[in-house]
Amino acid sequence: MTLWLIVRKSLRQHVLSTVVTSLSIALAGGLLMSVWMVKAQSRATFTQINGGFDAVLGARSSKLQLVLNAIFHLEASPANIAWSDYLEIQKNPNVELAIPIAMGDNYRGYRVVGTLPELFTKTEYAPGRRYAIKPPGRIFDLGLREAVVGSFVAQKLGLKRGDVFHPYHGLTFDEKEEHAEEYLVVGILEPSNTPADRVIWIPLEGVQKMSGHAAEAATEVSAVLIKLRTLVAGKTLEMFYNRQNARLTFAWPIGATIGELLNKISWFDRVLAVVAYLVAVVAAGSVLASIYNSMNERRRQIALLRALGAHRATIFCTVVLEAVSIAILGMLIGFLIYGVIMMAVASIVRAQTGVVLEPLAWHAVMLWTPLGMIGLSALSGIVPAIKAYFTDVAGNLAPVS
Amino acid sequence: MPLLEILQLKKSFLAPDGSNHCVIDVPGLALEEKEQVALCGESGSGKTTLLHLIAGILRPDSGSINLAGQEVSNLSEPERDRLRAMKIGYIFQTFNLLPAFTCLENVLLGMSFGPGADRGVAEALLQRVGLSDKFKHYPRQLSTGQQQRVAVARALANHPKLVLADEPTGNLDQRNARDALSLIREVCRENGAALLLVSHDREVLAEFDSVLELSKINQATASTSAIAHS
Repeated sequence: MTLWLIVRKSLRQHVLSTVVTSLSIALAGGLLMSVWMVKAQSRATFTQINGGFDAVLGARSSKLQLVLNAIFHLEASPANIAWSDYLEIQKNPNVELAIPIAMGDNYRGYRVVGTLPELFTKTEYAPGRRYAIKPPGRIFDLGLREAVVGSFVAQKLGLKRGDVFHPYHGLTFDEKEEHAEEYLVVGILEPSNTPADRVIWIPLEGVQKMSGHAAEAATEVSAVLIKLRTLVAGKTLEMFYNRQNARLTFAWPIGATIGELLNKISWFDRVLAVVAYLVAVVAAGSVLASIYNSMNERRRQIALLRALGAHRATIFCTVVLEAVSIAILGMLIGFLIYGVIMMAVASIVRAQTGVVLEPLAWHAVMLWTPLGMIGLSALSGIVPAIKAYFTDVAGNLAPVS
Repeated sequence: MPLLEILQLKKSFLAPDGSNHCVIDVPGLALEEKEQVALCGESGSGKTTLLHLIAGILRPDSGSINLAGQEVSNLSEPERDRLRAMKIGYIFQTFNLLPAFTCLENVLLGMSFGPGADRGVAEALLQRVGLSDKFKHYPRQLSTGQQQRVAVARALANHPKLVLADEPTGNLDQRNARDALSLIREVCRENGAALLLVSHDREVLAEFDSVLELSKINQATASTSAIAHS
C-alpha cells in the first residue's frame, strides 16, 4: 500500500512527464501490436481466401497476377482465354467444378463480373459456408440483364433490390464509358468477408456480349475458377498447363501463390517492426530520462522517507514501480492506439480487397507486448532507482545546524 | 539503564582540503526514559550530526550509542532503518512534510514504515494537535504553525521511545514557537516518549530543566574553538 501510495503521488506530482512518457510507451506498444497483428492476420486471412477453389486457369501470365485478378479482383486481367479452353478443363476428370468468369466492366469503380449461377449454388467460399442472398432476393437469371450485388458494394453505393444501373466499360470508372445495357438488381449478397463482397455479379454472357466489347469476347472468358477432385490432381494439371502449354497458366495452389506475394513484401513488415522496436527503445529512454531528471528534486523527499524509516530497497522499488506504472498506464492507452490503427487498417483492407481483418481477435502479441514494454520500462527505471538507492540521507535533510 | 547512552562517540568528515575534520567527539551522554533534555549550541557545532548519529542515519567512526538496549552502531543499515521507524520520532526545523501528501497521509506514511498504518491512531493524533478539520489538507494549504503540528503528529505516530527535535521552532514566529514547543513537550509526556530537543533559541532553552551545552560535551568543537582562540 505504501509503495503504491508513494508511486501514485509521484506520478501525480510529475503529471506532465507522466503523460508524455506514457504516451510514448502507448505509441510504441500500439505500433508494435498493430504491425504484428496486421502481418499475422494478413497472412492468415489472405492465404486462406480462395473463394472455395483450388486453382485458376487463365491466359499466360504470372500465377500471382492470375490469382489476384480472378480471386481477389485486383490487378488487370492478363488476357482472355477461349471458351474451348474452359470446356476442355471442365471435362477433365480431375476437375470437380469449373466456373468461368468474365470481366472488363465496372460500376462506379466496382468490378462487374460475369459468371454462372453455380458460383453461388455449388461452391463453399469457406468450409461449410455458401454465398447467400439477402431475402427476398435471388440469383440472376442467365438469360436476363440481372445482377447480384456484393454486400460491400451495396453498402457503399446504396444499391438495393429493384435498382437499375448501367455498367461502365473498363476496370476503372470513367463517366464517358457508360454501356447502353441496363441491369436490374435482383439480389444483394449476405456479407461473406471475401473479395466477392466488392463485386457486382451478372450473367457470364452479359459481359461477353456487352455493347462495345470486341466481337471475339463473346467466345472468351477472363479465367476459370477450378475445384479439383483431389489435391494430387493439381500437380498433374500444373505440369500439363504450365510446362506444355504456352498459352495458358494454371495457378495452383492459390494459398501458396498469395503466400509467395506476402513473402516478397515481408521486408516491409520487417521495416515497420524495426521502426516499432526503435520507438519502443526511445519510449523506454524517455521513461529513464524523465525519472532520472526528476531525481534532483526528489532527493529531499527520498532523504525524508529514509529518515522516517524507509529502507534503501523500498526507495529503489518505488522508483522501479513508478517506471512500471508509467508503462502500465502507457499500455492501457496503447491498446486504444492499437484499436484505432487496426480499425483504420481493417477498413482500408476491406475497402481495397473485401477481406475483413479482425482487429479485436486475440493474439499472443497482446500479452507479450505489454509485458515487454513493462519489462523494458522497469529496466529503464533501474538507473534512476540506483541513484535513489544511494541518495545521501543526512546531506539532503537540510538545513544542517 | 538509561534509554539513551552515548560513550566515546566520534564522527569525522572529509574536508574539502582532503583532511579529516572531526565534528563529534562526545565522551558521554545519557538520557533517561521520558526525560526531556534540550541541547544547545552554535550553528555548525554538530547538533544535527549528533541527532543523525543517534537516529542511525549516520554511522559513527567509533564509540557506542545504546538506545533502548540496542547498540545502534552495531546494527546493519536495514536494522537501523527499522529502529528509526519503530523507536524514534523525528521533528525537523523545516517540518519536512511531503507536499504531495495530505496531512493524514503524511502521518500514515510515517506509520507505514514502522508498526503499520493505522488510520484511527493517525486521526486521533491530528485531532490531538488541533488539526481535526485538516485531515485532507495539503501542507501548502496550512500555515507554518499548522505544518509543524502535522510534523509533531507524524513523529509521535509510532509511539516512539525517543523524539529527536532539530530546531523545531526555528521557522516559527514567537507565538507559534511557544505553542509548538509546549505541544511537543505535552504529547511526548502523554506518549511516554523521551525528548532530545536541539535549539539555540534562549527562550526555548529556558523552558527546559535540563539543558546541555554541546560545546561542553563535544570535545571536537571545544578543541576547534580553542584553536580558533589561540
